Amino acid sequence: MAVIPVQRKPLTLAERAYLPSILGGLKTTLRHFFARKVTLQYPEQRPEIPPGYRGVPTLVRDPNGREKCVSCQLCEFVCPPKAIRITPGEIPADAPTAHVEKTPREFEINMLRCIYCGLCEEVCPEEAIWLQNVYSVSGYTRGELVNNKEKLYELGGTLPDRHFKWDQKKAAAGSGPAHT
Amino acid sequence: MTEFLANLHPVLLGLLKGLAVIVVIFPIAGACSMAERKVSAWIQGRHGPNRAIPFWFAWVPGLGPFLQRRGAFHLLADGLKFLVKEEPLPGHVNKFYYTLAPVIALIPAFTTVTVVPFGAYLDDAGQLVPLMLANVDIGLLAVFAVASLGVYSIILAGWASNSKYPFLGGVRASAQLISYELALTISVLPVFLWINAPDTAGTLSLVRAVACQAQPGFWGGLWFIFLMPVSALIFFVALFAETNRLPFDMAESEADLVGGFHTEYGAFKWSLFFVAEYSHMIVGSGVFILLFLGGWNPLPWLPLATVAAKLGFAGHPLVFGIVSIVIFLVKILLFIFVFMWVRWTVPRFRYDQVMRIGWRLLLPLSLLNLLGYALVIALLQPAR
Repeated sequence: MAVIPVQRKPLTLAERAYLPSILGGLKTTLRHFFARKVTLQYPEQRPEIPPGYRGVPTLVRDPNGREKCVSCQLCEFVCPPKAIRITPGEIPADAPTAHVEKTPREFEINMLRCIYCGLCEEVCPEEAIWLQNVYSVSGYTRGELVNNKEKLYELGGTLPDRHFKWDQKKAAAGSGPAHT
Repeated sequence: MTEFLANLHPVLLGLLKGLAVIVVIFPIAGACSMAERKVSAWIQGRHGPNRAIPFWFAWVPGLGPFLQRRGAFHLLADGLKFLVKEEPLPGHVNKFYYTLAPVIALIPAFTTVTVVPFGAYLDDAGQLVPLMLANVDIGLLAVFAVASLGVYSIILAGWASNSKYPFLGGVRASAQLISYELALTISVLPVFLWINAPDTAGTLSLVRAVACQAQPGFWGGLWFIFLMPVSALIFFVALFAETNRLPFDMAESEADLVGGFHTEYGAFKWSLFFVAEYSHMIVGSGVFILLFLGGWNPLPWLPLATVAAKLGFAGHPLVFGIVSIVIFLVKILLFIFVFMWVRWTVPRFRYDQVMRIGWRLLLPLSLLNLLGYALVIALLQPAR
């Protein structure tokens, strides 16, 4: 390794006198004094949420209004702080989506435990659970902070779907097994 | 009214005057703490406190929100909080001296105000009469003597707290104040060499210093900051050290000493230290303005008396007095802004740097400065 000798110049008189640099500093602070303030006045002004933000986990419906969760419980399994609890339920045989077989009867996410890691979103094979742009969570009791299924769908709303996986499956069902 | 005041017992009259000045100084000191929060916020790119508002004031259109955004009500809220919150008295302190220290902090802070002229008016004979509580001839000497007593409260607070950080803060403050006192005092001597002509009664009066900056002619109207920039600079730097303000706040130094001498204090006692610090700043900047920035004269080469004669209020002592007080107060507030501006610009010096600046830089510089001006004044003196 090459040794690079560094020339350390002695300080000039102006640098040693210290005052010019203080004056320079005063100029900088004065510029900031009159500059536009950067603080967001929070309750009135809200921050712009960038795409991909990991807010509160929510459940979503597809554009046809079908709840996408099939209660496979993968998110419940992967959740590091064990914040998710799913009670699976059957879909009645006469429903148009009967071929999906399962849907959650109850789906609870405890926001006191959730660490917003996004593993549930990552693991979900149905793209049914999304961490969206809700960032402000508050409540007066612990019970209030456990989001039940109804609340989760209210927060999640409907997201566009690229695949319509279960509709395709239903359409393909007449032409024999998909995988042999 | 004036007759009633004139017939009052002098002691009672003095008490009334003193109360009047304290009633003015105390809110200014409080407002300075608010200004400090606002100035620091603005320099740091924040808005600062702008939320508190009494609900009935929110109904006033325009003014209410304006004052709210300026943080005016935070000042009241702060004051109220200091008054009504619990007064903690730690179990390990020397209770008598612990309680005494904030009181002692206030006494010199308010006493110095008595000898500082804060305005003037012209009497019937056209003579300038200063507005001050006690027109003593030793003027500046009294300010220095009493203001330096302020350090006792810091030492006392540090010692009575019976805890290591306050103790270190007290020790540091005492060493620092002694070191800078010398430079402070010597730096103003050229001013008084200049204004005390030979064969006249010598004086240390601040009124005289102001009058000397309001004389006709180029040299007469020149403020002393232009005539003696080195003196002004040393006085300015030493003033920061004397008032324990950043970059010299060794006594407080919250980064390495928790809170310094007032670590163990809270609530109203703590706020008394705060008010004392700001009163010291007000008086200190007042003295600087009187000595170097022309006191209550609006601009260099433009004495207030000339302005009054032009605008035609020279004959009204009341108007003249109020105008002079307003000019002086505006200058003080600007100067306090400079205090804050420097505070949020320059980081705190290390303790050894403080000592080195004091003893090896400012003291020799002030001595050389004094010697130089003494020689110049001696040479300018008409030969006899």
